[in-house]
Amino acid sequence: MNLMNRYPSPVSSRNSRSESWRSSSTWFASSVRCAALLAMTVTFATPLALRAENIAVTGETVYTMAGATIRHGVILIHDGKIESVGPADTTKIPAGYRVLSATVVTPGLIDAHATVGLSGLLNQAQDQDMLEKSSSVQPELRAIDAYNAKDPLVAWVRSYGVTTVNTGHAPAALISGQTMIVKTFGRTADEDVINPAAMTAVTLGRNGLTVVEGAPGQGGPSASKSPGNRSKAVAMLRAELIKAQEYAKKREAKDESKRPGRDLKYETLLRAIDGSQPLLINANKQQDIVSALRIAKEFNLKIVLDGCADAPMVIDQIKASGFPVIVHPTMQRTYEDMENLSVETAGKLHAAGIPIAMQSSYEAYVPKTRVVLFEAAVAAANGLGYEAALASVTSDAAKLLGIADRTGSLAAGKDADIALYDGDPFEYTSHCIGTIVGGEVFADGPH
Amino acid sequence: MHPRPLSCLAALLVLAASVGAQEKTQVFQGAQIIPIAGEPIAHGVLVITDGKIVAVGSVGQVAIPAGAEIHDATGKVLMPGLIDSHSHIGAGSGGDGSGPIQPDARVLDSLDARDASIQKARAGGITTVNVMPGSGHLISGQTLYLKLREARTVDDLLIKLPDGSNAGGLKMANGTNSMRGTNGFPGTRAKSAALVREEYIKAQEYRDKIKRANGDAEKMPPRDLALEEIVEVLDGKRIVQNHTHRHDDILTVLRLSKEFGFKVVLHHVSEGWKVADEIAAAHVPCSVIMIDSPGGKLETKDADWRTPAILEKAGVLVGFHTDDPICDSRRFLRSAALAVRAGMTRKGALEAVTIANAKIIGLDARVGSLEPGKDADFIILSADPLSVYAHVEQTWVEGRKVFDLSKPADHLYAVGGEGAGDSRRAQLCCFTSAWDLIAAANGGAQ
Repeated sequence: MNLMNRYPSPVSSRNSRSESWRSSSTWFASSVRCAALLAMTVTFATPLALRAENIAVTGETVYTMAGATIRHGVILIHDGKIESVGPADTTKIPAGYRVLSATVVTPGLIDAHATVGLSGLLNQAQDQDMLEKSSSVQPELRAIDAYNAKDPLVAWVRSYGVTTVNTGHAPAALISGQTMIVKTFGRTADEDVINPAAMTAVTLGRNGLTVVEGAPGQGGPSASKSPGNRSKAVAMLRAELIKAQEYAKKREAKDESKRPGRDLKYETLLRAIDGSQPLLINANKQQDIVSALRIAKEFNLKIVLDGCADAPMVIDQIKASGFPVIVHPTMQRTYEDMENLSVETAGKLHAAGIPIAMQSSYEAYVPKTRVVLFEAAVAAANGLGYEAALASVTSDAAKLLGIADRTGSLAAGKDADIALYDGDPFEYTSHCIGTIVGGEVFADGPH
Repeated sequence: MHPRPLSCLAALLVLAASVGAQEKTQVFQGAQIIPIAGEPIAHGVLVITDGKIVAVGSVGQVAIPAGAEIHDATGKVLMPGLIDSHSHIGAGSGGDGSGPIQPDARVLDSLDARDASIQKARAGGITTVNVMPGSGHLISGQTLYLKLREARTVDDLLIKLPDGSNAGGLKMANGTNSMRGTNGFPGTRAKSAALVREEYIKAQEYRDKIKRANGDAEKMPPRDLALEEIVEVLDGKRIVQNHTHRHDDILTVLRLSKEFGFKVVLHHVSEGWKVADEIAAAHVPCSVIMIDSPGGKLETKDADWRTPAILEKAGVLVGFHTDDPICDSRRFLRSAALAVRAGMTRKGALEAVTIANAKIIGLDARVGSLEPGKDADFIILSADPLSVYAHVEQTWVEGRKVFDLSKPADHLYAVGGEGAGDSRRAQLCCFTSAWDLIAAANGGAQ
């Protein structure tokens, strides 16, 4: 069964596209019972396994993000990988290939920092695994042990073109746990994972603090007494890193009997020192951003800055550090540590030559997740520009996450991660008409 | 002894009075005008004077009054100022935790007219707004319909009705937000409805006593601030603005509105798509919120962007709201655009942020479209209002510019940055702030 056939096959004319959408919604609205049925099937449809399929994707405009943009381009897909990418007049579509067409084709989008799969749609105790409240410092918590590939929000972000997410523990405790990089197939964590231990989430500033008296707000674990302020948070973080260094030394003791037993906490932190698993440090106020840089220098850490609402105030320091920034969602709310948040931050960082990627971040209430496409769109319209905004959710995000060899651009040999749109992907009124994850087609839209 | 300051003051007063009494006629020409009342005009002219619209039409067809100040708006899009039918800008509050029914609490007595959120709303093109207390009560208090004029105090924002009262509605809510189960708050949906019915019956009896007194002070019941407001609702002077998500909760609102004959607007309406025909049959308007993903609370798990299209198709009057800070006032037009993305007509979506919302707050005779005699509330955009690339460049309220993107101070509020932060958080629901509600939703201390 071809799910694409539920809606008329994607066509190049924008008018025809909106006609087909109108007609489908008219049918939809004609019966309340139909509406109820369709809302369930369309929004959260179970995909068919079509991975082995040979597919040709044609696009009026193909943003490869690896070289020039192709007008009237074709992408051939075999066995979940991209076989070739080229102009339609020189790329022959072999017989038997399923052809999908769109106005605009981009690499599948990458959400550089999310919590989908851990912070579920219902927002009830049973589907919230992004924050463990027993302690403020728990780097040993792995995202892969909690990720729910079947949560509807994974399908939700996929329906707008997202094929890869760096997801895990929320920016809500001093060290809340690890993140993982996962494809949005929606099967299981183990089948969909790319990198099971991508980063370790650290939060500086108000969101990482524990408010001992009264409501904890969005802050850290209520069971812990510390950190209650910024100085304490940094002191605790430094103490943990020093212990990790000492642990490493003891583990190398010549006398095996003097070596300490394995410690999952310090093993994780040591990977930030050897650079294999950076700290993802959420810091929004300028004093927290420079604290993050200070700690990175002291311990020679590899870090990725996260959020950074105040980034324009300390842009020279960020630039000098060489560390990349996963910028706060453009439309995130402007309160407390994010009071200075600006829709122009991504553009300013990019203009300064600082590597950036866009994120959906963590939302505690409604919307339960943001969609990185929409956040990039508003950044595109506010100083970042179209191509850089697209790069912030594709090629640049892939580089930042260390997965550029597999995804983030359209080139032979890469995973067949592709997003199909019926117009400018960033326009509010365009639709994502299909998402291909590793050669598997998800097209239950338009969305 | 020191006469000069006094005479200066007098001169200023005279000047202020003359400015207020008669302002120069202003003409905006060359823009594409979307009047909402009627088809778009490719090269339009808008003439305003004394805070009111004098004429709207095509270049060449509208007489330009002699001596008018001409503004060239070629290449721009000009449309009515946006109306947000549900917002929490100004960090206002309503009832406290003492009980579920507090119609006596007024947003009026809590609003900070200088809060950054109000300047941000102007930057988003919003000129009229219904500022509500939160949704943590069955009846949380009196809302205010405000004009976003330049303001030093809340009084500068008020809309005065012909009888001298302040325009506003009554905020009600059902579903889980008010179901706290303590302090007299209901623990179930049936109890929620029973408490509301009791209050309305009390108000009916109160009104009857006043009628029977027939002006005799001896026979008048003692003043009751809560019941007075419910009587205004029963008399049709105040519209109930009712927070409701689930389809069965929506039907409960319709049932109570029918029983007591009050005017009501359904707000949020996450499951409105399930009962569109019932809503249409009741002739009740909907103010819909457009959220970037479903869920976040059980009542919104089935929220769907197609709701506005389905309601429109069923014949329901549809408006949108920001519920700011849930959605950012500066992105209000995005709600209309997302509804079009999900099948609503462009016409319906543009009306939903203008004239439909004017009707929803009962002020459509004054605002919501560009027509002679209406208030000169309008915005100038750089591009099509439903495009992500469009920027609100100017916002005008009653003939005065209240936002200008080209001014650095205004630009800061439009895009954010150092100094644009909110000074306070809005009270949204049943707790001290929205963020405590969020904590509670996550199993926090509440």
